[in-house]
Amino acid sequence: MTEVQDTGTDRRLTVFLVDDHAMFRAGVRAELGAHVEVVGEASSVAEAVSKIAAIEPDVVLLDVHMPDGGGRAVLDAMRRSHPHVKFLALSVSDAAEDVIGLIRAGARGYVTKTISPDELAAAIRRVADGDAVFSPRLAGFVLDAFASRPDVPVADPELDQLTNREREVLRLLARGYAYKEIAKELFISIKTVETHVSNVLRKLQMSNRYELSRWAADRRLV
Amino acid sequence: MTIGGHNRGGAITTAVNPPSRRLYRPRDHRVIAGVASGLAQHLGVPVLVVRIALVVLLGFNGLGLLLYAAFWAVLPQQVVTADPPQRRDLAMLLPFGAIGLGVVLLQALVFDDSVAGTAGWLIAVTAVGAGIIWHQSDPTRRHLGGAVPQQPWLAAVVAESDRRFFLFRFIGGGVLVATGIIGVVAVYAPAGSLTAVVNGVIFALVGLLGVGVVAAPLLWRMFNQLRAEREGRIREQERAELAAMIHDQVLHTLALIQRNSADIKEVQRLARGQERSLRNWLYKPSASPTERFAAALEQAAAEVEDTYAISVETVVVGDTECDERVAALVAAAREALVNAARHAGVSTVSLYAEVEESELSVFVRDRGAGFDMAGVQESRHGVRGSIIGRMQRHGGKAEIRSAVGDGTEVRLTLPASRESVAAAKEAAR
Repeated sequence: MTEVQDTGTDRRLTVFLVDDHAMFRAGVRAELGAHVEVVGEASSVAEAVSKIAAIEPDVVLLDVHMPDGGGRAVLDAMRRSHPHVKFLALSVSDAAEDVIGLIRAGARGYVTKTISPDELAAAIRRVADGDAVFSPRLAGFVLDAFASRPDVPVADPELDQLTNREREVLRLLARGYAYKEIAKELFISIKTVETHVSNVLRKLQMSNRYELSRWAADRRLV
Repeated sequence: MTIGGHNRGGAITTAVNPPSRRLYRPRDHRVIAGVASGLAQHLGVPVLVVRIALVVLLGFNGLGLLLYAAFWAVLPQQVVTADPPQRRDLAMLLPFGAIGLGVVLLQALVFDDSVAGTAGWLIAVTAVGAGIIWHQSDPTRRHLGGAVPQQPWLAAVVAESDRRFFLFRFIGGGVLVATGIIGVVAVYAPAGSLTAVVNGVIFALVGLLGVGVVAAPLLWRMFNQLRAEREGRIREQERAELAAMIHDQVLHTLALIQRNSADIKEVQRLARGQERSLRNWLYKPSASPTERFAAALEQAAAEVEDTYAISVETVVVGDTECDERVAALVAAAREALVNAARHAGVSTVSLYAEVEESELSVFVRDRGAGFDMAGVQESRHGVRGSIIGRMQRHGGKAEIRSAVGDGTEVRLTLPASRESVAAAKEAAR
């Protein structure tokens, strides 16, 4: 991480909103006002790309479905040039292809719009700290995507397979456990849980083409 | 109506008649194709007069028949909203047959020898071929898509749902034209002259080319219209489906929410149910809850959500066939969800299920009040009977972890039995 964030509230996080629904932006801005500093908003991909480059916020809340390419396009445009800007997908869709697609494109987490303001603020903070935000549903999708098939040869097992521990962590996440509870259940520290989750996220983003196409084919996406 | 149809009808009405009264063939009051009654209506004379005139004209080298056929071919049919008659399509092919026959009759009247007869037949063939081509390129015919006759053989003749059929008939018509022209030239040419035959072939090609040139713009327009129409129809259909869904569900839900706006629980329940239904409609292929494990679990979760106004965060990894034992697992999970909804006092419950090679597992977790297992009275059957007992009867296991203030987790496992694995393989095959 380029800058180590103070976990206290002395420095407010800067957050940028990308969503094509003005009403929703206004709502999120109002809800988050107490927790973070909303420094800007955009309603289209082009607007988002130029403003994010200029403002360089800590976290971008990114809508998945927008008329001109959606969150994916913003991520593709920003990821290389601004690696220190963190993206948290915030969408009304929890379809597997949307969730996994955004994570693969580089989002650090994915939450749905029904999330409560407090949880959203916590998720933003966690993403800003370099962690991943995994909802139970996302954990379920990941487990599905990495479902172990012993007879399938894997090009780079180190990269593509989840370790047993990571799988365990994901299962507990999917079962509705908080990080703290997972740590207690597995007799490890919260920091270790966070590391496992971050590793899963990294693997998800970096796993090879073969894995991805299999995943897509399984869901008849291709 | 299509542009082509208007053009053709319009050209005729403006050329022959004042535009105030359009000339068309009515669908009702007709004996054969409605030409006579159409003319009568247009001219403002009794139908009988027109019919008599046509019959009289028949005496003049079959002029009546020719006129009738010509009018039949070119007059647009009256546009009505009711279903078109089933035989119209085939009927519209007939005029060309009639033209051909008329020409044959004419030939037979004028010449009396066999050569002329043969030539007449060939001209007839030419006429029929040209007729088919011209008829085929008539854009109004496409509206008959739904009115293809029920009989298979008839459908094969007139149906044009398939582009290959269209091509086949178009080429067929062309071949007929070519054959006719070649034949005519060959018959009339001095016998044994090869150059005459070659000339005939050239004439035939020129004829075909001519037909092609005449038909090409029509064809082009027709293809474009066909495509545009199809796209439009698909869009329209999607729109209608969406509108119906929104009307039936979303608007009703919103109306109910407005009327129950004071009752927060009810509003939440309605909103959640609607959200789920929209989501399923948008993203999920529907599977039958009686056949698939995941669908059954999701249905159980949905029922609990609707009944108890809580939200169930459902995550299912993998899927399998539903048999009796799996159904029992789903029922036990449902009972656990109901317990959580009724006693835990929370708004969200997690439901996680995983299908593995060796076993199925379901976890129901809440962060609610929790309870002390030892303190549950023997008389309470919910947990013992519906969850633990049910799982045991079907060879599974239920484990309940709970602590006061720390929520509850119900863990259900069911080994994938040999029979069920075999059954699944059988079903997959």
